[in-house]
Amino acid sequence: MTKTPLQFRHNGRDVAVFVDGGVNLLVALREGIGDMTPKFGCGQGGCGACSVLIDGELHLSCLTLAESANGRSIQTLDGLKDGPNLHPLQRAFMEQFAAQCGYCTPGMLMAAKALLDRNPSPTRAEVVEAISGNICRCTGYEPIINAVLAAASGGRARA
Amino acid sequence: MPVTVKTFGSTGEAASALSSDRSARYLGGGTLVMRALNEGDISISTVVRATDQALSRIDVTSSRITIGAGVTFAKILAERELAFLHAPARSIGGPAVRNMGTVGGNLFAPNPYGDFTVALLALDATVSVQGGLGARDLPIEEFLQSRERQSGALVLAVSCQRPATADAFRYRKIARIKPKGGSVITLAAHLPVSSGRISGARIALGSMAAMQIRARAAERALEGRALDDAAINAAAAVAAEGVSPTDNALGSAWYRREIVGVHLRRLLSGLE
Repeated sequence: MTKTPLQFRHNGRDVAVFVDGGVNLLVALREGIGDMTPKFGCGQGGCGACSVLIDGELHLSCLTLAESANGRSIQTLDGLKDGPNLHPLQRAFMEQFAAQCGYCTPGMLMAAKALLDRNPSPTRAEVVEAISGNICRCTGYEPIINAVLAAASGGRARA
Repeated sequence: MPVTVKTFGSTGEAASALSSDRSARYLGGGTLVMRALNEGDISISTVVRATDQALSRIDVTSSRITIGAGVTFAKILAERELAFLHAPARSIGGPAVRNMGTVGGNLFAPNPYGDFTVALLALDATVSVQGGLGARDLPIEEFLQSRERQSGALVLAVSCQRPATADAFRYRKIARIKPKGGSVITLAAHLPVSSGRISGARIALGSMAAMQIRARAAERALEGRALDDAAINAAAAVAAEGVSPTDNALGSAWYRREIVGVHLRRLLSGLE
């Protein structure tokens, strides 16, 4: 079967890749262009480890048909840092001990970024809601929630 | 195994492609079809998509709403005119799933999912489908009863009357994992009131049978009565009549039968 050409913007850079028909965006990112930051967790939309931003909106790359990303802008964890400088969310995750095995962390960070992009000073309940599609089996969520709140507007979260 | 992806500009072309190929599946938000492909479902050899903007349109008139099948739950939550549907939309998945999952796809979601469809069943929605022979409107109950046969048809939109008052439509999802998670039981009730008495009650249940069903005995117990303690108790007492739940990881069939009356009482009483 012939492969399908696919072009999209990946972390601010135009990329082109060939994919098999019906593969998901996660496969296109990991195997097509070598961005290993989105993780394969469940393949069912239940864990959030593969979360990416598509045109600024949080999506599950494992449930996104690769071809539907054609011409769109994809942001992954790989594009979160600014050169050598970590994103404030990444720094907060480190400082708040919000990662243990780290498998959920890329998805958690993208879900948190989606939240802070539209709501720079969320409440704790809003943070809980924002990461409710992301499963973590290690941290118990509290350090993750604290890290997102710490990163929000430089720590100025609403009560 | 690779599949063939066919993308059409019009719903008519997509419907023709669907109806002419038994192994074709329509891809909306992806939360059902991509999951099946990820799991290696070899019954799907063609994926059909449509880019027709009509599929993502919401039309609101004073009394009736029509929601395109491709409208996502996030879009419903952003629409103030659809406030009565915010609770069902919010009860589905996490933010990413709500950004992707669609109203049309939810009609095909198996237990313990399909919560939005429970709300639509209580609201006596109409489902517009397009098959190889043209478009037609089906009452949602008829659609659900023939759901397996509908996979060859393209759902275009759903429509329903807007509840007369905010209190006339109620929704409750029981889940073990909050704020998201599969349904233990999902309940929705539309309770129009005329001269202080309920007229045309519809109560729908999710995860209480192979597909979303109506609690007809409970509806009869409420019909023509004021929504007082006696009527609520009468409805709760017969809530499990006609249900046929199955066991799954979220709850046993026995448990579901035991608690459906409790949650119906809470729904009708307005308790959290």
